[in-house]
Amino acid sequence: MNGFVYLTDVVTLELDAAKCNGCRMCTRVCPHAVFEIKDRKAFIRNRDHCMECGACALNCVTGAITVRSGVGCAAGILNGLIRGTEPTCDCSSSGSCC
Amino acid sequence: MTNSDYITGTYTLCDLEIPRVDTRWTATDLWGTLKVRWSFGRMDYKVKPGLYAVGSPDRQSLVFVSANYKLSFDHLRRALEGMNAWILVINTRGINVWCAAGKGIFSTKEVVRRIRIDHLDQVVDHRRLILPQLSATGVAAHQVQKMTGFSVLFGPVKAADIKVFVEAGLKATEKMRTVTFPLKERLKVIPVDIFYGTHYLILIPALFFLLSGLSSGGYSFEMALQHGWKAVVNLFAGYLTGCAVTPALLPWIPFRRFSLKGLLMGFVTATLLLITGSFGTHPIEILAWFLMTAGLSSFMAMNFTGSSTFTSISGVQKEMKVALPVQIALVAVGLALWIASLFITL
Repeated sequence: MNGFVYLTDVVTLELDAAKCNGCRMCTRVCPHAVFEIKDRKAFIRNRDHCMECGACALNCVTGAITVRSGVGCAAGILNGLIRGTEPTCDCSSSGSCC
Repeated sequence: MTNSDYITGTYTLCDLEIPRVDTRWTATDLWGTLKVRWSFGRMDYKVKPGLYAVGSPDRQSLVFVSANYKLSFDHLRRALEGMNAWILVINTRGINVWCAAGKGIFSTKEVVRRIRIDHLDQVVDHRRLILPQLSATGVAAHQVQKMTGFSVLFGPVKAADIKVFVEAGLKATEKMRTVTFPLKERLKVIPVDIFYGTHYLILIPALFFLLSGLSSGGYSFEMALQHGWKAVVNLFAGYLTGCAVTPALLPWIPFRRFSLKGLLMGFVTATLLLITGSFGTHPIEILAWFLMTAGLSSFMAMNFTGSSTFTSISGVQKEMKVALPVQIALVAVGLALWIASLFITL
């Protein structure tokens, strides 16, 4: 997606190739084609395309992937700041929500 | 709960009676879609969770899982036209697949719970579920299998690709797995952002309108009538530049930070307003409007990160750390200057 790459060198995505069993699950759940399988191991080919949704880490059976996931949403982060909580887009009280 | 004229009758399989749904959209569905796209009743556009039949499914038919936001459900049933399949709607409190998964509502737990409530193991003989790919943020496939025996297959991102996915032997191409954000998709989500300001969209412009009547000579409602509308135009122009124009032109505006894209576009709008005379002729007032328009546009553009499909929380936090104080300063200084300009005659 040209023109749709957000800030570079910020994402917290980590892959421990030693733990990878090559099941390909990360390539199936990632919405931005961040992973690729080479020689039966996953590797990160588009790190800056990662939006930290956490789908890969949650679906990695061997726990080879870690990422601090959360909502990449300014209103959600602002909500968290105001309430003194973690960023949350749980804005059911205000009635406007993603 | 929204009305349910998408249910065409009851389908009976052995002793089970299951509501059967139409795959076609009626005028009611279209109207409902239009309304929620414009933010009306969006938080209460729900389908009853449970099992539904499409066509005449049997014990071997595929099971598709969906959120109970009616728009998610509508897209799925439309995509299943001509097929015999099951739809298992889980309770996501009326929130769409991706957002619900991100919030942890479209979750492993909820999928497992629904399989048990609807006794899916007694309805179908196979042990396979097809979930929308974007639910993977909340659902761990291996956990569902461990707890229920049902293996989870993540389908394509878009329901519209389901037919091709099924015909290809339940295989999605990389293109079907990738989320894009073309103009058409951006235009669909912009209206909701326009209503971000809710009642302040009336309150704040009204306040500016009334304040326009102030001057060192006291208050004049006639002056408010004469100049107030300009303030209202300026405010809406800045706001809409941030939440509609910037998102629409997103990939073509320089900078990666949404706040900078919005700031730049805010200055463009401010220049246009200056030329058309909407900023008045008072130098302090002109400066005031430049700051307010830019600050407002920058904030609203930054807010669009929540509607976009590619921003990370680490990135947005990094961006906000700098942008938010600047935006607040721009608007605060602008507001102070604008009020001052009412009383200072040059």
